[in-house]
Formats: sequence, C-alpha cells, structure tokens
Amino acid sequence: MAENSMSDNASLNNPANGGAETDQEAWRRTPKKPVKIIDFMKYRKIAASISLLLVIASAISLGINQLEWGLDFTGGTLVEVVYEQAADPEEIRRQLDNAGYDGHVVQYFGSERDVLVRMPPQKALDAAQNARLGDSIIDALRTATNADVSLRRSEFVGPAVGEELANQGGLGMLTALALVMLYIAFRFQLKFAFGAVVALFHDVVITLGIFSIARWDFDLTVLAALLAVIGYSLNDTIVVSDRIRENFRKVRKGNSFEVINLSLSQTLGRTIVTSLTTLLVLFALFFLGGELIRGFAIGLIIGVGVGTYSSIYVAANVLVALNISKEDLAIPIKEGAEDPDLVV
Amino acid sequence: MINKYPIWKNLIVVGALALGLIYAMPNIYPPDYALQVSGESGGVEVTERTLRTVKKSLDDAGLSHFNPEIIDGKAQIRLPDDDTQIKALAVVERAVHDLPGDYVVAMNTAPTTPDWLANLSAEPMKYGLDLRGGVHFLLEVNTAKVISDRIDTLETDVKRKLREGKLRYKTVSSPAPRVLKAEFTSEDVRDEARTLLASQYREFEMLSVDDGLPAITMTLTSAMVDEIEDFAISQNIQTTRNRVNELGVSEPLVQRLGRNRIVVDLPGVQDPAIAKNILGKVATLEFRMEAQPNAPRSTTLGFDYEGRTANLERKIVVRGDRVIDAKVGFDPETSLPQVNITLDSEGGELMHRATRNNIGRRLGVVFIETKTRDSYQMIDGVEVKIQKPYVEKRVISLATVQAALGVQFRITGLQAGEARDLALLLRAGALAAEMFIAEERTVGASLGQENIELGAISVTVGLGLVLLFMLVYFKVFGIAANIALVANLVLLIAVMSSIGATLTLPGIAGIVLTVGMAVDANVLIFSRIREEIANGMSPQGAINAGFERAFVTIFDANLTTLIVAVILYSIGTGPVKGFAITLSIGILTSMFTAIMGTRAIINLIYGGRNVKKLAI
Repeated sequence: MAENSMSDNASLNNPANGGAETDQEAWRRTPKKPVKIIDFMKYRKIAASISLLLVIASAISLGINQLEWGLDFTGGTLVEVVYEQAADPEEIRRQLDNAGYDGHVVQYFGSERDVLVRMPPQKALDAAQNARLGDSIIDALRTATNADVSLRRSEFVGPAVGEELANQGGLGMLTALALVMLYIAFRFQLKFAFGAVVALFHDVVITLGIFSIARWDFDLTVLAALLAVIGYSLNDTIVVSDRIRENFRKVRKGNSFEVINLSLSQTLGRTIVTSLTTLLVLFALFFLGGELIRGFAIGLIIGVGVGTYSSIYVAANVLVALNISKEDLAIPIKEGAEDPDLVV
Repeated sequence: MINKYPIWKNLIVVGALALGLIYAMPNIYPPDYALQVSGESGGVEVTERTLRTVKKSLDDAGLSHFNPEIIDGKAQIRLPDDDTQIKALAVVERAVHDLPGDYVVAMNTAPTTPDWLANLSAEPMKYGLDLRGGVHFLLEVNTAKVISDRIDTLETDVKRKLREGKLRYKTVSSPAPRVLKAEFTSEDVRDEARTLLASQYREFEMLSVDDGLPAITMTLTSAMVDEIEDFAISQNIQTTRNRVNELGVSEPLVQRLGRNRIVVDLPGVQDPAIAKNILGKVATLEFRMEAQPNAPRSTTLGFDYEGRTANLERKIVVRGDRVIDAKVGFDPETSLPQVNITLDSEGGELMHRATRNNIGRRLGVVFIETKTRDSYQMIDGVEVKIQKPYVEKRVISLATVQAALGVQFRITGLQAGEARDLALLLRAGALAAEMFIAEERTVGASLGQENIELGAISVTVGLGLVLLFMLVYFKVFGIAANIALVANLVLLIAVMSSIGATLTLPGIAGIVLTVGMAVDANVLIFSRIREEIANGMSPQGAINAGFERAFVTIFDANLTTLIVAVILYSIGTGPVKGFAITLSIGILTSMFTAIMGTRAIINLIYGGRNVKKLAI
C-alpha cells in the first residue's frame, strides 16, 4: 500500500481550476496531516471477481427461485387478524381447509396472537366473490372459533392491478436508470455514466438476489426501497466520480490508477460517515418501525451496504476498464474562440 | 477571507426558518375527538336546533362535551376522549333519529390549531388511511361495455335512419369494437347513405369500402370514445359520492384515477363489508304517465312528489337504463334553464309511442333508491339499534307533455338550481356503468394508531442517533449541522402541511431516510474543510473552499436522487407516492438547510475574526 502524502504526486496548481482557488498561498504550504492514500485499485481484480460472483449468484437465484412476489404484484387477498390468546396456525389452516379455501398461507405476524392469512385468487369463485374474499375469511375464522377475532387490516388486489403494478415497477426502474445515465453523460462524461449505471445495476441485482435467496416478500414498499437504493447509490457514485474528475484535471503527475486511488482515499471518510448515518436511521426503522416497514428497511440496509462498496469498487473499476484518461476530462476549449479563421 | 454572510442572506435563512416554524406548528396541537352531524340529502338542513338537540342528548347521557359549532352546514361537537366519542356516537344517532329528516352522524377529529395560525391558513398534516385507519377502494368502471352498449344503440339507430331515408341496406353490423359496418347492394345507394349518415352522425369517421359488397365502415372517433367514457365515469363518481354520504364518513375521498378507475377512501370506516354493500347499491329511474283522474285504483300507484302525492300509472313507459344523457342546458328562446335528456333509440321509440297520443298529459320521473334506515327496538329490556334496508321511491319531475317525444327531449320551466339537481338525479338514477372492485385495503384503527406511534419512535431515535454521531465526529461543526438537520425536519413538515400532502407510513419512512441522508451534504462540506486544513489552508480559507467546492457535488448528487424520487412518484400508488413526496421535499429542503443554513451558523461562529484552529 503506497503511503504517499498528497503533495508528492499531486500538483495542485492547475490553471484549469483557477477560478475556485482563492487562497493560493495556503495551498503551497506544507500539509500538516496528509491524506493517507490507500491503493484501492491493487485489489480491483479481486473486487471485480467478487462482484461478478455475487451478480451471477443473484441472477441464478432470480432465475430459479424468482422473487417471493408480494400481494401487490400477484393479486389475491390478505387478512391480518388478532386473536385474544396465542393462536395456532395449524388449527387456522385446518379451519380454512374446512371452509373450502385453496392455496392459503398462514403465518404469525409480529406476535403469536397476530396472524396473517394470504390467499391467491380462488378459482372456484367469480370476480365479485373474490373481491369479497377477505370478509368471508374473517367470517370463516369467527365461526370456526369461539375466540374473539378482530381485524387489523385486509387487502385485496385484483389480478389486473397486480400485473399493472409489476409492469409499472419494471418500467420505472428502467426509466430511472436511463434518465440517470443521460444526466451523468451530460454532466460528466459517457464513461462515468457507464460506470454509474453498471454500479446501479450491480446494487439492484444483488439486493434482489438476496431477497430471492432469503425468500423475503417483495412488495411495493420493497420496490420503493429499491428505487431509493438507486438514488442513494448514485449519490455515492457521483461524489466519487466528481472527485475523480476534479483530480484528473488538477493532478498533473500520476497515471489513472493513482488518480483514482487518491480520489477514493480522499472521499473514503465521507463515504463511510454518510453510510453510517444512513444505516443508523435504517436500523432504527428496522427495529422500531414495526412489521409493515421491515421489508423496506431490510431492502435499504442491504442496498446501502452494497451501494457503498460499489461506489468504491464497481464504478471506479469500470472507469479503469474503459481506460479513462486525462483527455476524456479535458475542459473543452470553445472552437474558433481564439484560432484565426481560414478564409478562401 | 472573512466568511461573513451579507445581511440579506442571513435574513433569508431566518425568514425561511420562521415561516417553517409557523407552518409546522399546527402539528404539535393534537386534534380533538369530535362528532359531526350532517343532513343525509341536500334538503335536510342542520340548524341551531339540531345542535341544541345534540347537546341536550349528551348532557342527558352525562357525557362531557365542548365547543359545539356549525361549520359549512354541518354540526360539530368536541369530546374529551375516544371512549366518550364512541359512547356519544350512539347517543347522538339516537337523538337525531327522532328529529324530522334524515341525519348522518360521523366520528371525526377536529383540529385545535389556534386562531392566529388558522388565520395564516396554517394547518396540520393530513394522515393517510394507513395511519388513521379506514377503507380504501379502487373501483374499475367497465368502459368497454359502455362503448359496446353505445354501438348497439347506434346500430338500431342507423338502421332506422336508413329505413326512414328509404335506402335499402343489406346488413348493418358491428364487426369490431367501436366500429359499425353497413353493406348495400349498389354503390349509388351506398353513396347516398353515406351523405345521409354523415349529416346525422358527427361521432363517426366514415370510410367507403368495397369488399364483396359496397359498404361504409363507421368508426367512433377517439374524441367521442373519450366523451362517452368520461361521461360514464363522472356519472359513476356522482353515484358513488351519493352512496358514500350515506356511510357517515367525515372526510371521504372519491376521485377519478387514470382512464377508468375511481379511488374511494373512507377514513374511519372499520367494516369493509358494510361499505361494499352500500357502494354496491344502484339507484334506478322509471318514466310513468300521470294517471287519468278517473282511472281505476288498480292501475295507479301513489308516489311522494315534493311532499304531495302524485298518482302515476302502473305501466312503465321507459326505464332508467334507456337514458344515455341528462344535462343542464338553456332554452334558446327564453334562455331559462332546462334539462336535456337523451334516450337510446329503443327508449326513444317507446317514449314516442307513449306520448304521441297523450299530448297535454303529464309525465312523471320516479327515482328509486335502496337505503338503510336505523330504527330502535327494545330487545330484552335493552334498546338496540337495527339497520333495515328499504326502497325509497319518489317523483323527481312531473312535466306536461307538449309534443310527441323521441330520442331527445327537454324538461323546461325550471329554476337554475332545480335544473341542476334534476339532471344530477337523472344521471345518478340512469343505469350507471358496470363497476367492480380492483383493489381494497382496510386498516384497523388500532393498527393506524400503532403505525403513528412506531413511526414517531423511529424518527425520534433515528434523529437522536444521527445528532449524537455528528456532534462527536464534527464537534462545533457538528452542532451547526445538527441545527440544520432539525431545521430541515421543521421545513419538511411545514412544506408538507402547507401543500396539503398526505402523510403515510412509507412517508414516515421517507422522513427517517431523509434524516439519515440529509447530513450527507454537511459531511461532504466538512470533510472537504478538514482536507483543506490538512493541505495547509488557513481556517477561514478552508471554510470557504469547503462550502464552494462541495456545492457542485451536492447539487449533482441530489438532483439525480430527485430524478429517482420523481419517477417513484409517477409509478407509485397511494402509500409509495407518500414516500416519494417526503423524499423529494426532503431533498430540496435539505439542500437549503445544509448549504445555506449551516453556512450561516458557521459564519456566525467563526466568521469575521482571526481563527487559529477549527473545532472540526
């Protein structure tokens, strides 16, 4: 690991950046606390292999297990009820079987008194009856037991709505990726845009993969979390890209490896601190926010974790792979501004 | 480098914060539990007398109450707690039951915003159904059926027009949705028919074709399709609103969503089954001739007509499902309001047959509705409320037939208000387009309350952790960031309250996330300042450079996140939209507080003097 102080390989007197430099004298003073440069790029191949492995594993799991689509996307009925005493899911399943329902899933939700019943659309019933399934389930449970069953919430999603939401979700995700790529290409440069999108893709696929492997429910709130992950990971990637761009323009000596290492080292503190504050609130949400918001919190915790890693390794790695160089980031000189004209 | 903000910048920061505090403030006053009494239909008015009855019933039952008032034609009375509210509901329902007219009593919450805030139109945030409890429906209107019904009507109509024009057609049929095809034996007849039909129907795009037989294909224009669909949906919305009023919900929401859906939000409703029963009811119409004075009793029926009895014939001329449209218009000659009624062709035929020999007699329109009535019965010595459905039939119009009526006719001699009400009733009673439930979500009140509490705890703990971390990590600068973070939360709440955004559970999650991410801007700035100091820059120079250089990064990073939030808003439904809204507003407010707000504080602490060392 190279431990160079910044002034060793960085020439800080760049005319291209002159406007922002207000305190030239101070810049030339010997630094007191040099930034410790970590040779991130030394491990770039290992990092790339790990990322690739994770993405492939996620893709395989998504292919085989698929996602545990929640009610929002599959359509169907969900009822959450509270019993006065601890309930026995086995007994509830039997009651529902007796009432003639198919394909139901019964599970505890938060406590042993709190039970969640999920049911796919019933083939034996018509559309109107399916829409009233929630009411019938509660009635069935009330008649089967003498215990007091009270309704906490019930949801019914028709088949058309579910399909639409899934399509909209996918479309939204793609639109987000496309728009973001455009913006970065416009504000930075195409290679950065490519790096950012690869990083986002990496984060989204791995987060989805973990949901698939763990068989966690994927509902609308998790989709929202995933889009928030895109936003967050992007934020991180842009901060790093911004510094890489700045250093490419400012630092005269050093190859792209060194410039990227320098940039990553400089932003490392910020990357870790921001991830930490975000994770702090997410864990607060995970432990205290209740069952309904847990999936959302998990999605974001994973996404922020993966996103932090990807902003260091994935985006920068793509830049190296694309041979990013000073020329890519030269500030364009306006054509014809100073050159003499050639007239026939 | 002196790092002093000009006065106007400081004023902006202070001003924004002051406004934020004012508009966020209504949220700290918890609302009162209350009951709301309103008339079930427009005719029943809530008066001081109603209010006195309500007060007296509560006094008699020994339930404490305060601040009775009449707001927008509804009586409202506040109660000390939720327990009293439930008891009071039963008491008040019983009391207004004995009053003439039908009243609806609903539980609601009344804001306790002090007058000076209310005068600035500062209001507390609205809570979504997942926080208040209630039922949400997404109803889908079968517009395809509406269009195909219209095509069927037009088919009969076109055939009749051709017959009347003595133009021989081979067939008139509908080979595809929205399309009619008429086949003829010769091209001459076809061309003549096309001229005739084109003059009569502006709703079609016509095309002469020749596949075997000379023919015309007539396709409904997309403008016409939109018009028919819009009409069907607004009619269903109207019907749904009428039903919802019956449910006794204090702030219901009935709104069109997209092309063919209607959102119905019923806060506070706990039993989705009852809501569905009431929403599912349809009103109908019947047109009947007024009975002749000497008609035998067995052939007549008496109906209520504005308090009197109107005797109409038993025989129905036309039913409401034949009504295509009923609109308020103006008589071109007298410019008095009138109601224009359009029937389908079969209805027109029936109407014509019934009226051509009855000019001078009166035609009545009967409005039929299924309602529920509360009654009270003594069962085992206890008075019990019983809800019974009953059918209400009343005459809403009795007008003299001036000519043989057909597909289109009008009811004249009305006052402006009367015309509007009548058109509304006619539309509500005409067979509404078929509707089914596409989505339903019910949240129990206890779960809603729990969600609010869990959300509040999450925000508090999350905020506390971040504040602590920033203080330890950035010291004095951490204090500045913390003040900015709290200010950001205040501004976020103020903006949400003043634009009337709805707070949902995912919205709270968005606030929590904003708390965690908003400090990022400050972290970027402070890290940069530390770096510049490490590079040997003077403290004042480092502060300035840190803010200046981090700005572009913060701007780019936040703008891209904002793009994502906007996409999330556009694809999301209810609760997810709530998340997108808080996230977007949070991004905007945090940029202001983290950049301008923190700078103002830092300038206040360090600016304009000789600083040797920064506590960062």
